[in-house]
Amino acid sequence: MNNDKLVIGEHEFDSRFILGSGKYSMKLIDAAVKDAGAEIITLAVRRANTTDQESILDYIPEGVTLLPNTSGARNADEAVRIARLARELGCGDFVKIEIMRDTKYLLPDNQETIKATEILAKEGFVVMPYMYPDLNVARDLVNAGAASIMPLASPIGSNKGLATKEFIQILIDEIDLPIIVDAGIGRPSQACEAMEMGAAAIMANTALATAGDLTLMASAFKNAIGAGRMAYLARLGRVLSRGASSSDPLTGFLND
Amino acid sequence: MENQFFVDSNYLSKEALDKKHRLENDPTSRSNHMEYMPGMEIIESDVCSNVMEQMNSYDYSKYTAADVRRALEHETCSIEDFKALLSPAAEPYLEAMAQKARNITSMHFGNTVYLFTPLYIANYCENYCVYCGFNCYNHIQRMKLDLEQIEKEMKVIADSGMEEILILTGESRQKSDVKYIGEACKLARKYFRMVGLEVYPVNSDEYKYLHECGADYVTVFQETYDADKYETLHLMGHKRIWPYRFDAQERALMGGMRGVAFSALLGLSDFRKDALASALHVYYLQRKYPHAEMSLSCPRLRPIINNDKINPLDVHEKQLCQVLCAYRIFLPYVGITVSSRESAQFRNGIVKIAATKVSAGVSTGIGDHESKYTGKEKSEDMGDEQFEINDSRSLNKMYDDITEEGLQPVLNDYLYV
Repeated sequence: MNNDKLVIGEHEFDSRFILGSGKYSMKLIDAAVKDAGAEIITLAVRRANTTDQESILDYIPEGVTLLPNTSGARNADEAVRIARLARELGCGDFVKIEIMRDTKYLLPDNQETIKATEILAKEGFVVMPYMYPDLNVARDLVNAGAASIMPLASPIGSNKGLATKEFIQILIDEIDLPIIVDAGIGRPSQACEAMEMGAAAIMANTALATAGDLTLMASAFKNAIGAGRMAYLARLGRVLSRGASSSDPLTGFLND
Repeated sequence: MENQFFVDSNYLSKEALDKKHRLENDPTSRSNHMEYMPGMEIIESDVCSNVMEQMNSYDYSKYTAADVRRALEHETCSIEDFKALLSPAAEPYLEAMAQKARNITSMHFGNTVYLFTPLYIANYCENYCVYCGFNCYNHIQRMKLDLEQIEKEMKVIADSGMEEILILTGESRQKSDVKYIGEACKLARKYFRMVGLEVYPVNSDEYKYLHECGADYVTVFQETYDADKYETLHLMGHKRIWPYRFDAQERALMGGMRGVAFSALLGLSDFRKDALASALHVYYLQRKYPHAEMSLSCPRLRPIINNDKINPLDVHEKQLCQVLCAYRIFLPYVGITVSSRESAQFRNGIVKIAATKVSAGVSTGIGDHESKYTGKEKSEDMGDEQFEINDSRSLNKMYDDITEEGLQPVLNDYLYV
């Protein structure tokens, strides 16, 4: 277990919880780092781009990797510009691509995301694209140079859990990059389930931000993600794993 | 009870008074409010007809408590549900509506509250809108800031820490042309992250120009969606043209603006119908322009200089709260702005339920930020206010009050790309 690292690009992490940026408060960042053990924190560049009263950048503890996102981008071109701005602001080389052409459901635009991934990967960014779980698109993102794939579990902020479970499983099975489940995870049990399936990490925000006790919920997520990961590594028992197997060998009748 | 809007000023000439009285008393002396004036762009759109069809057929008296309960139980709110929530039958369910609205707001916006301030740069107006302090027959001190004065005002506001500004003018193309507004936007981009505009409606190419100058958000209030009532309140000037105003947000989006804001001025007409139409204006436009950001405001009538009796009639705080909760339940993703027309107490309460943005450090006068912000003596050179504000809290006070309520004040969540 000790050697079980999350590897994104050339970077290694012990934690498999990533804090999203949808709702933010300084308390949330604190709880995510201290209680959920987050080593990666997403940062909306449009919020970081602030003057003096309060810059979220000031609240990111040392040793935590910033994952700037391109929220607010409506197409690949805007996402590329925001990513470059993030780099200028000193946010490092990681970038989470978020491109939304829809302000109602905030669903990602897969086509534009592929375009932006290709451009930014060539510029040396560690690109983590947020996407609607579609195998063909995921393959295109791999070819475009993505460092991980971030499929949504259900609409962002909805807390509805793994609505796209079957399709995320397909990505886990077929894509060699880390699959990080992003958006829609509302309960620790859902995070645990995704980790059991083989997801590499969980990104969440609303589930923590809107919890009654933020720090307790952060701990709950940490434990749930850890439990799910252990279960995945331990390999689920035959009844629960997909395509349960018979206890007597079916091929026992075969001669040499 | 109706508001008594007509006030005669001793400063008007006999000719002006005669004309004013003719406009007020003789409908045939007024122009056709549905006919575009020369130069006004006409666009192809079915948004207006969709909204009007729903509004005209809305009979809120037919909704029952059972309809309201059903609406509250549904996971997504249909147009029919929304109509029930706006109806008088929903009034006893205000607390339940508030609870549901709060959950939805929290799901979509967390505990954040955005802050902004308006900056009036001119108060000249060519229109006779009977309820407005800037109307051309109202005797007030008129003023238009020059670019140097605008920059000075912006510096004062920016020094207070504000990062989002809404630039306003009276509706006079002659005194405040598009070029002038554009120059103000360019200046604003130097001092603020987000620049919004609330000026007279313009054509899509002019919105494109203003966008290139730095503006990214356009607010136009329809005042009332009842075109017949509108005609009796906007007696003269380009603002009289109801359909041109209706399509302003769509032209702004065609011109490349990121977002648009909507509202009726509650108290002018039947507020339930106006609230329905405002939200449906957002709803249908969002379906056509899904990438656009949208927000709703909820201004109620306020007293003005020379007429302190103007009030929002039957739209009391309870009704306003009902409207805002219904907006939130029907349109979970839209921003809701509550201005300083409302009291500090109301605003403190409503940001916990449905509102996502409030103004602070507000003046609706011209060129008076330095005296209001720094206590420096007022200069002679100032323009009068559009209406009386109710909540005069500064940015710092508002910031602290919001924090005290357990919410997170946000000065900027925006990038001009």
